[in-house]
Amino acid sequence: MDFKTAVFYFLSTILVLASLRVITARNPVHAALFLVLAFFNASGLWLLLHAEFLAIALVMVYVGAVMVLFLFVVMMLDIDIERLRQGFWSHLPLGAAIGLLMAGEMAVVLGGRYFWPEAMPAPGPTQPGYSNTKELGRLLFTDYVYPFELASVILLVAIIAAVLLTLRRRADSKFLNPRQQIAVQRNDRIRMVTMPSEKE
Amino acid sequence: MDALMSLLQPVQTMLGPLWPLVWTLVKIILILIPLMLSVAYLTFWERKIIGWMQVRIGPNRVGPWGLLQPIADGLKLLFKEIIVPTRAGTALYIVGPIMAIAPSLAAWAVVPFSDGYVLANVDAGVLYLLGITSIGVYGVIIAGWASNSKYSFLGAMRSAAQMVSYEIAMGFALVCVLMISASLNLTEIVHGQNRGMFAAMGLKFLSWNWLPLLPMFLVFLISGVAETNRAPFDVVEGESEIVAGHMVEYSGMAFALFFLGEYANMILVSILTSIFFLGGWLSPLGFLPDSFIWLAAKTSFILFLFLWFRATFPRYRYDQIMRLGWKVFVPLCMFWVLVVGIWMMSPLNIWK
Repeated sequence: MDFKTAVFYFLSTILVLASLRVITARNPVHAALFLVLAFFNASGLWLLLHAEFLAIALVMVYVGAVMVLFLFVVMMLDIDIERLRQGFWSHLPLGAAIGLLMAGEMAVVLGGRYFWPEAMPAPGPTQPGYSNTKELGRLLFTDYVYPFELASVILLVAIIAAVLLTLRRRADSKFLNPRQQIAVQRNDRIRMVTMPSEKE
Repeated sequence: MDALMSLLQPVQTMLGPLWPLVWTLVKIILILIPLMLSVAYLTFWERKIIGWMQVRIGPNRVGPWGLLQPIADGLKLLFKEIIVPTRAGTALYIVGPIMAIAPSLAAWAVVPFSDGYVLANVDAGVLYLLGITSIGVYGVIIAGWASNSKYSFLGAMRSAAQMVSYEIAMGFALVCVLMISASLNLTEIVHGQNRGMFAAMGLKFLSWNWLPLLPMFLVFLISGVAETNRAPFDVVEGESEIVAGHMVEYSGMAFALFFLGEYANMILVSILTSIFFLGGWLSPLGFLPDSFIWLAAKTSFILFLFLWFRATFPRYRYDQIMRLGWKVFVPLCMFWVLVVGIWMMSPLNIWK
């Protein structure tokens, strides 16, 4: 077993264990943190595959941004574990059926002829000067430019929708307008009055 | 360098296949020990400078001119007991400070100190930096949550929201730098600033990135101050509002780790500003030799700015911090990305 294989098994073991803990941890914050660990190890696996751009993007986007917001929400929620566990047995048949269906679908997809090792031969040794990142950028902006733009438009729509859903004008909230504060002049705030001294 | 390598030749043959591992560890230590010393003396220098600015003397009791003060502080913290609150989540409580300091040290792997003097000269250096520095926020969140205290949790939430917000502005500012240098390698970015009309005339400091990207330089600098939670953006430890932020329950060395991380991050942001916008180790004028001294001088100047800001400006209000980040910096950055894009496509392109 060479060094690379050892690293692969090391990362994969942590990845699988962390993913298991995501669904078995009782505390939702712990589960979210285990998901972070899983993402981190997945990015390590991608580094082993020479996909350094994807690996770092995974850490940057999912670990650095998405999971932070996720943790925010999970930490703010007051989750009552006991209440969530009520009715576990009555919901089990439906849940188990859906779970089995999903597992079956994944087995069909992964068992198909597109996902055998023969269908995806390992890329040969790369030439010096070959850049994975450049290749990815070329594909994204030439062959897949329309799907790429479409995805960004959908995300933009989602952003606007999220903003509109949470936007509400409250008549009773007080706030200061910084622009008005900056633009304030001396004459707006003080009034000079002449007070002649009084005589006895 | 070559003379040193020939001296090390017998060690290399003795260690055999373990040599790259040992040599990398030696290089890591060669980066981290000066870094930790700089952190220690940055705290001393900060207290001195703010003291002088406020017409005080600053620390002057321990050692000559107070020079041993940071060592004494470190020893004091080292011998203090680390108290774990009874209801705190113990494992996460200990992981918190580790997660705070580890990314601020790991980021130094790709920082070039001079031409060729870099631990890992990777092509995706800027991406690596963005990825690693974005992990730093976990230290804050985990520490705040695991302390099981309302004050530290509120402090962690404020700090994390602020760090995530200003990361976006910093990222956009870097996009402009990447566009004009056409590389993600930090050494290449510095070399790119050595070319141009002014560099040919000998006025090298005018061809550095700060001039064509002046708004982005300012955005990066100010976001760097906000990103490291320094005054005037230090709402994390706003004494008048919450006691001391996410580290309020920590004591001893666990507490010190947060501050080691914060000061290491300050030095990192300063050295990155020097590399991205101020020409790294390049000398300002053509006839002067390029060397590490220039990088150190530029970094020290930006660090001085950090301390100067702290002594000068009153603390921002929290909603104004968010307004500055989202409503001023992000639109400005997007606009400047467009400006740089049009500039590069026009015949006036100066980065060919």
